[in-house]
Order: sequence, then structure tokens, then C-alpha cells
Amino acid sequence: MNERVIEKLSILADAAKYDVSCSSSGGKRKNHNKGLGNAEGMGICHSYTEDGRCVSLLKILLTNHCIFDCAYCVTRKSNDIKRAAFTVQEVVDLTINFYRRNYIEGLFLSSGIFSNADYTMERLVRVAKKLRQEHKFNGYIHLKTIPGASEELIKEAGLYADRLSVNIELPSEKSLIALAPEKNYSEILLPMNNIKEQLVQAKEEKKLFKSAKDFAPAGQSTQLIVGASSENDQQILQLSNDLYKNYSLKRVYYSGYVPISTDNRLPIISEPPIIRENRIYQADWLMRFYGFDVKEILDEHNPNLDLDIDPKLSWALRNRHFFPVELNTADYEMILRVPGIGVKSAKKIVSARRFASLNYEHLKQMGVVLKRAKYFITCNHKSLQPYDFDSQRIRNKILFGDGAVRSPLLTQQLDLFRQVG
Amino acid sequence: MQLYTYDGTFEGLLTLLFEAYERKVWPTNIEAEQTAQPALFGQTIAVVTDNDKAARVWKGLQQRLSATALKQLYHTYLWEQPGFEMVIYQFIKLAFDSNENIEGNYTAPCVLQVQQAAKQVHREKHRMEAFVRFQQTTDGLYYAHISPDFNVLPLIVSHFTKRYADQRWAVYDSNRQYGIYYDLSTTRFITFDAAPRKGRGELPAHAKTTAEDAYQKLWQVYFDNVNIPERKNPKLHQRHIPKRYWKYLSEKQPRLLQ
Ligand code: SF4
Repeated sequence: MNERVIEKLSILADAAKYDVSCSSSGGKRKNHNKGLGNAEGMGICHSYTEDGRCVSLLKILLTNHCIFDCAYCVTRKSNDIKRAAFTVQEVVDLTINFYRRNYIEGLFLSSGIFSNADYTMERLVRVAKKLRQEHKFNGYIHLKTIPGASEELIKEAGLYADRLSVNIELPSEKSLIALAPEKNYSEILLPMNNIKEQLVQAKEEKKLFKSAKDFAPAGQSTQLIVGASSENDQQILQLSNDLYKNYSLKRVYYSGYVPISTDNRLPIISEPPIIRENRIYQADWLMRFYGFDVKEILDEHNPNLDLDIDPKLSWALRNRHFFPVELNTADYEMILRVPGIGVKSAKKIVSARRFASLNYEHLKQMGVVLKRAKYFITCNHKSLQPYDFDSQRIRNKILFGDGAVRSPLLTQQLDLFRQVG
Repeated sequence: MQLYTYDGTFEGLLTLLFEAYERKVWPTNIEAEQTAQPALFGQTIAVVTDNDKAARVWKGLQQRLSATALKQLYHTYLWEQPGFEMVIYQFIKLAFDSNENIEGNYTAPCVLQVQQAAKQVHREKHRMEAFVRFQQTTDGLYYAHISPDFNVLPLIVSHFTKRYADQRWAVYDSNRQYGIYYDLSTTRFITFDAAPRKGRGELPAHAKTTAEDAYQKLWQVYFDNVNIPERKNPKLHQRHIPKRYWKYLSEKQPRLLQ
């Protein structure tokens, strides 16, 4: 075994781990040529890191040499660390051999900027091209676009990649200027917009000609760092909302800032803001799957998410006038808004009540968390909750139970870290 | 008490349904003949599998149920947990006796049970697709060894056949002592004369390519370096990969030394 490859892998996997996206879903690539791999359907997590994150892709940097000096990044030029660079062939071999053993769904390749943006991007594209053309590889490929890379190269990347991403990292232009002086927002948003236009165009061509070329069929995503700069949750979610709406992003990932640098432009924290990051993911979830508008989740009076309770419960407690909801008659959309009822139980409720009038035993069987939901529902106009508690009281009861013990429900909420792509 | 026995196959179970309807004698217990205890009270009806009868029951079900529900029913069969035959029987009887489609009727216990059993089986199928690890043998076969909680081999055939079209591979279930094998054109069920040992199924050194050890080691190196120690969360980690699956995973084995 080539000792050098082992060393490179340890350096370049370590440097890539702060990019939290590892999703391999949303691909449509079938094994059409009796080659290797299949990327249709849901992604698969083949392992989990000890911090509980999904390992689906071989996620590495091509190199951690970089000409830029972004304060929040381990790879920044001024950081005194070991540097390494893979050859194109080494990345191809690792991907193919890991894939054959069912370790991974594919490759997520990113890179520090070596020499210049196009030089680096050209190599990333070469890896993907080689995998697709020489090895008939139909597994998942996610390429990061290098800031400042030319439109042509990004266009070519989209021909081989399933997903492209442009990381914004800092949630406002002001922070970007302070922490990543060589970058600017327009330079980040430009390729994002290019990719979006390519995606739209490819889709339309596909409608006309079946043989039209695919362009990044799993769409584009980005990442925002939480806690490295001063933006509040409202600013962050508002930005995500704009990105989903205006750039048709598939996913925005949030990465709680891990203190890796003693640069005085960065806040001094001892551990990453994991709970805050988790609440932001839950809020993001509410916007994408639960029909919540960003303005319902946060506003000027409540610019930050409540760390103790999840954003859905928080919304319900602020909007008691919508409750209680009668589960035998309410609309699906409203049932979905009840704390303790998720998408699956809501669907079951709507389906089952066509057969019989539902009672609380039915609800329990269908997976409704009554401990939570009971404050917000009636079933056949019966309530499990005889007292009309105020919001503060309900909050305390859910958090601490009737005694003073911290509710296990809460702890569950805290380590719930969703990874569906 | 009315005990029915059958030969343990899915077709046998469907035949049993057919005969129960014909006789209008409803089972209170169903067991595979290999494991059945003689009934203490009442008689035992031993059903002989008849593919035509089974097909007629299936056809009747196809008219009443969606493809998803049929799949869930089959999953309940692969679930193999005590009492699964009665759950299938009750579900099918409810389907035949009702005027409308029963699938969404979660107020009926058997509907909920089929749904839950199918979910467990589906989950195990998904885990096997995720956690199976192939090792390359010196003759170029990619081999994996598993012992799943439920009988999921029939369900993972299509996934691996699509995925590994250009390599020979085999997955062996050491609990149920049969496997699936793909020879570059089709995937077949196989058995071995001498059943391989249970456990992790690590190939003996002489049967492994040298590249095999190298890639297992590289995967361990990768796994060790993607971890963010500041975020360590062993509880969450174990919720995602329960300990009983660790035996499959090379990243969970002792580190291979150079
Ligand atoms: S350009 Fe990318 S790799 Fe280089 S320092 Fe900035 S964030 Fe890190």
C-alpha cells in the first residue's frame, strides 16, 4: 500500500469534514450502460460518524493548498498545517474501490484554491469526467464549484455531476467582507444563478428531446456557517428562504461553527452551537415540509429560535387562538401544525377517520405523541386536558413534566438531527 | 380452537386462506408444519400447497388492494415473527369481507400490524443495503456475509443487481443458510454444501486479494478522519447504527496495522 495515499487521505478527509452536506439523494442516474453504480432514488447512509452524521459519500478535498485566507477555514493560507494534494487518478481509484465494496454512494469533491480558480476547477471536472467516461460510473457525484471559476467549467461540471454546490458560508455581506476579504457576495451569487439557469434550461430541453443532456439532476445546494458571525436566526432563515425561492436550491445546510481558529475576527467559543444549529434545521424543515412561512417562525419581536423547545411548539404556544384542533374534522394542513403530530401521523389520521370516528387510543396507535399534542387537540370534542392552561404553563409542563424532572422528550428533540436530503 | 398447518411458503399460506374460505372454518392459530405442536383441543387441518389456489387468492387481492399493500403483505410474511400468519390471515379476510378498500383503516388492528411489520422489514432491508460490506476474493468475487433479523435477501436482490452490474458478487445469510449470487448476467439463490460460519464472515487470508486489506485500511483511515471530536455524540451514533450491526462494518473493527 502506498503510504503516501494513506497520509493524503487522512489530511484531505479531515480538511473536508466541516462541509456538512453528505446527501446522495435526489439523483436520477440509472445504471444504463451495464457499468458500475446506480444513483436513482433515495440516498443511503453507509455509516455514521461518531458525532452521528451520515456518511454517504467519500468526501475529500482534492488539495488543501489555498491562495485565500478565510478566517473561519482550517485550509486558509496563513494556517500552519500539513498540506497535500491528490492526483486525479488517486481520487478515481479510491472512489471506484470504495464503491465496489459498498462503503459509499459516490464522491463529494471539493478543494482549496491551488494556483487559481480555473486551474483547480478544471481538475475537479476531470475527476468526474474520468469516472463517468472511462469507468462507466453511475454513482453519485457532488462537485463543489470553486469561487471565481469560469462559466464554461461550471457548465461542464454539471454534465458529469449529480449535484453542484456553491457555499455562501457567511450569512451576510458584512461578515463576508470581514472574515473572507478575498471573496464577495456577487461573486458567490453569480455562479449560483448560472447553475440555476442551466438547470432550468436542461429541464426544458429534456421536455423537448429525450436525448438532451442532463445537467446536475440532483440540483444545487449551499452551506451557511452558524455562529461564526453575528447574524440572528431570523436573518439566517430569511436568507435561506430567499435561496429556496429565488435560486431554487434543493437544500441549504447549516454548519455550527467549530472553533478551529484563534483569529481575533472570530468569536471566542468553547464548543460548536449544536442546539442552535439543530433548531435552525427544524425551522428549515417547517418551511419546506410543513407549509410554514418564514415570517410565522420568526419576526422582529422573536428574532431568535427558542433553544429549549422546537420551533413548531414555539409557534403553537404563540398562536393559541388556532387551537384546539378537532382531529375528526380539521384540515390536513392544520393537523400538521399540531405539536406532537408529524407528517406520517397526520396522513394516517386523515386516512383512518374515513372509516371510523377517531378516539385517543387510535391516535396513540398511530404514533401521535399525546404528551405534547393533548394541549392542542380534541377528539370528538373531548379533551384530555381539562384545564385551560396558559402558554407558559404548557411550556413548563412539556419541558419539565408534572414533577421537576427534565423531560426525556426534550432530550430526544435535542439530538434529533435530520439528514434526509 | 382451530389449528391450520402449511408448508411455510407464501404460496402455502395463500392456499390455506383459500381452503379456510372453502370450508368456512376459520383458523384460530396457524403454524408451519415443521414447527407445529399437535393441537390440544380440536383437530388440525394440514393444508397442502396448491399453486392454482394460491394464485386465485392473490388475484382476488390484486383487485382489492394497491400494489403497496400487496408488497406490505409479502413483507409481513418475510417478517417471520411469531403470529405473523394470523396477522396475514386477518388482513386478507378483512380485505375480502369489506366492500371498500381497507388500506387506510388504521382503526383495525391487523391493518396497523401489517403496516408496522412491513415497516420493520423495510427498515432491515434498507440497513442491509447500507451496511453490507463486500470483500474481494482472489478470483474476483465480491463477497458479503450477513445475518439479518428478518428474511430480507429476496428484497435486496434488485438493489444490488442494478448497482453492481459489472462485478460478480454474492451475499450470504448465515442465519437462514442461503444466499444470492450474481454472475454478470442474472442473480440466483444459492446454498452451500458446507454452510459458512456465522459471525462477521471475514475471508481467510489466502482467499483475499492484497488490495482488499489495503482498501479496508483506507476506509478505516477515512472513517477516523471525518469525525469532528467537538461534536461527539455516542448516543446518536448508536441510534443510527445499533451495536448489532457493527460486526459487518470494517470501520468498527480493530485498526489494521501496517
Ligand atoms: S477559499 Fe475555501 S478553502 Fe480557501 S481559505 Fe477560503 S474557504 Fe478555505
